[in-house]
Amino acid sequence: MKKWNIAALVIGLIVLAIAPMGLKKYGLYLLSYWMVFVIATMGLNLVLGYAGQKSLGHAAFMAIGAYTVALLQAQGVSFWLAMPAAAALSFAVGWLVGYPALRVQMHYLAFATLGFNEVLMLVIRNEEWLTGGTFGINNITRPAGFGSDLSFYYLIFAFTIAICGFLFLFLRSPWGRAFTALRDNPLRAESLGINIQRYTLMAFAIGAAISGLSGGLFAGLVNFIEPIPFSTQTSIMMYLMVVIGGSGYFLGPILGAAIGVILPEWLRDFGGWYLVVFGAAVMALMVWLPGGLLSIPQTIKDKRAAKLANEARSAHAARLKAEDEGAQA
Amino acid sequence: MIDFFQLTFSGLATGCIYALAALGFTLLWQASGTINFATGEFVMLPAFGMLGCMAIGLPLWAAFIVTVFLAVIVLGWGFKSLVVNPLIRQGMMPLIVATIGLALVMRNGVRQIYSAEAHPFPNVFGDHIFNVLGVTFSSGDVGTLVLALIIIFALQAFINGTITGRAMQAVAQNPESATVLGINVQRMVLYTFAINAALATAAALLVTPIYLAKFDMGLSLGMKAFLAAIIGGFNNSRGALLGGLIVGVLENWAAAYVSPAYKDAVALVLFFAVIMLKPNGLLGTVETRKV
Repeated sequence: MKKWNIAALVIGLIVLAIAPMGLKKYGLYLLSYWMVFVIATMGLNLVLGYAGQKSLGHAAFMAIGAYTVALLQAQGVSFWLAMPAAAALSFAVGWLVGYPALRVQMHYLAFATLGFNEVLMLVIRNEEWLTGGTFGINNITRPAGFGSDLSFYYLIFAFTIAICGFLFLFLRSPWGRAFTALRDNPLRAESLGINIQRYTLMAFAIGAAISGLSGGLFAGLVNFIEPIPFSTQTSIMMYLMVVIGGSGYFLGPILGAAIGVILPEWLRDFGGWYLVVFGAAVMALMVWLPGGLLSIPQTIKDKRAAKLANEARSAHAARLKAEDEGAQA
Repeated sequence: MIDFFQLTFSGLATGCIYALAALGFTLLWQASGTINFATGEFVMLPAFGMLGCMAIGLPLWAAFIVTVFLAVIVLGWGFKSLVVNPLIRQGMMPLIVATIGLALVMRNGVRQIYSAEAHPFPNVFGDHIFNVLGVTFSSGDVGTLVLALIIIFALQAFINGTITGRAMQAVAQNPESATVLGINVQRMVLYTFAINAALATAAALLVTPIYLAKFDMGLSLGMKAFLAAIIGGFNNSRGALLGGLIVGVLENWAAAYVSPAYKDAVALVLFFAVIMLKPNGLLGTVETRKV
C-alpha cells in the first residue's frame, strides 16, 4: 500500500469514528444504514467482482441473516451467538446456491440467482408461523450494551472494519488469487490445477456469509423486518451499487453503497425524480465507464498510454519518411 | 373437471400474453445479444401511452395504432440507437445493467408524471360471459387467446416465409455471414427492435385490463415473461410461446390445486429445473464454451 493510501485510510476511519457525535438521530441512522450496505455489497463484490459470478440474488442472503438473528433472539439466544449462526446458515445456503453456477454462467446465473431470491421471498411471505409473513417481526432487540443508536453505530462500524480487514487479507491469500484467476479465465485456471468447482462454491458461500452478517446487523438497526427490503429489487440495487463503485475494486462497495443509500437522502427534494436521474446515470456510466467510478484513474492512465504510444508511432513514421527522402536526395 | 377446463383456458389466455412479452425478449436476444431487463416496463409504457391517447379523445383502437407507432419509434429505434448501439461493444453485462437503469427511469418517470395510483383500462373485447357445454368463458379470455395466437403465428409466418424474415433469421444466426451475403445487418436488427416494441404494445393492450395501468405493473409481468423465455428456451422463438403457455397454465393450476399463496412457485421450480438440467430451455440449442 502506498503512503497516501494509508493516510487516506486513517483519515477516513477517524472521520467515521468522530462524525456520529455531531449527527442527529436520522443522520446517525443513515450512516449506520450505509455501513450495513457496505458490508452487504462487500460480500457481493467478492462474488461478482473478484470471482466473476454474476449474482443477482444477494438480498436473499441478507434476508437469511436478518431472519436468523431476529428469530434466534426471539428464542432467547444471545446476539453474539445469533450472528455466527446467521453467517453459518448464509454460508451453507450460499454454498448450495453456488451449484447452479457450476453449470451455468453469466446471464443464466444472474437469472438463477434472481429466481432464488424470488423463491425465498415467496417462502418468507407465506410461512407466517415462522417469519410473520408480510407483517414481519417486531421488537428485535439489540445486544446488551449496544442499545443506543450511537453505540449500535459503533458496533456496525467495528463489524465493517473487521470484515474489510478479513477481506483485504483474504484477497491477498492464495485463495483470493484463485478467485481472480477463476474470473479472468476459468478454463486456464482449471488447467493450472485450480479446482474450479470448489472455489466457485467457496466464493458464493463466503460472499453469502458476509451479506448474511450485514442482514443480522440490519435487523438490529431497524428493529423490525419484513420481506420487502430483501426483494429482488434490493438485489438488483446492490448489483448496481457494486457496478457503479467499480466491481473488483476493493473500495468500490464503499462508494457504490454511498451513492445508493446516502445520495438519495441528500437529493430528497427531487423526490421520485431522483431515481429517474439515478437510472439515467447508470446507463451513462455503462456507456463511458463500464468499470465503475473507481476505474477512472486506470481509464485515464490507459488513455494517456495509448496517446503516448500513438505519438511515438507517428514520430517514428515521420522519421523513417524523412530518412527515405534524405536517401533519395 | 369443468373447473379444470376453465382454469386451463384462462391460464392459456394469460400465458399468451406472457408469450408476447417473452417473444420480444427472445427476439432481441437472438438479433443483438441484448438481454432486456426492462421487458416489463416496455409493456407498461405503451399502456400509459394508450391511456394518454384516450384522454385526448381517441377511441381505444385508434389509441392502440398511434401507440404502436410511438412505441416503434421510442422503444424500437430510440432504444436501439441510444442504449443498445453505444453499449453493445462493452459486452453483455454492462448492457444488462444499462437496461436495469432504463427500467428505473421508465418506472419512476411514469410514477412522477402519472402518479402512483392504478388506472383502470378498458378491455378491448368487453366483458361478456358465455357458456359452452357447462364451461364458462369470458369474452376477454377468448379474445386475448385468439388475438395473441394470431399475432404470434403471423410473426412466425413473417419470419419464416418472407425474404426479410429470412434475412432477420440469418442475422440472428450469424451476423458476419449475413453481411457477406449482402444483408443489411443493422436494418434487420432495427426491424427486430421495432417488432419487439409492437409486441410489447399488443401485450399492453391485452394485459392492462387485468393488471391495471400502474407504474410498477412491469415488475411482475417482466418476471413472468422472463421465466417463460427461459423455460421455453430463449434462443428459440417457438420456445417463448411454449414457455408462456406453461407459465400461465401452471400458475392457474397451482393456485387452485396447490395453494394460492404459492401460485408463482411452480413456475419458479420449473424454471430452476430447466436452468439446472437444460439451461438452454425446453426447445433451445446448446451454446458452446470457448477459451
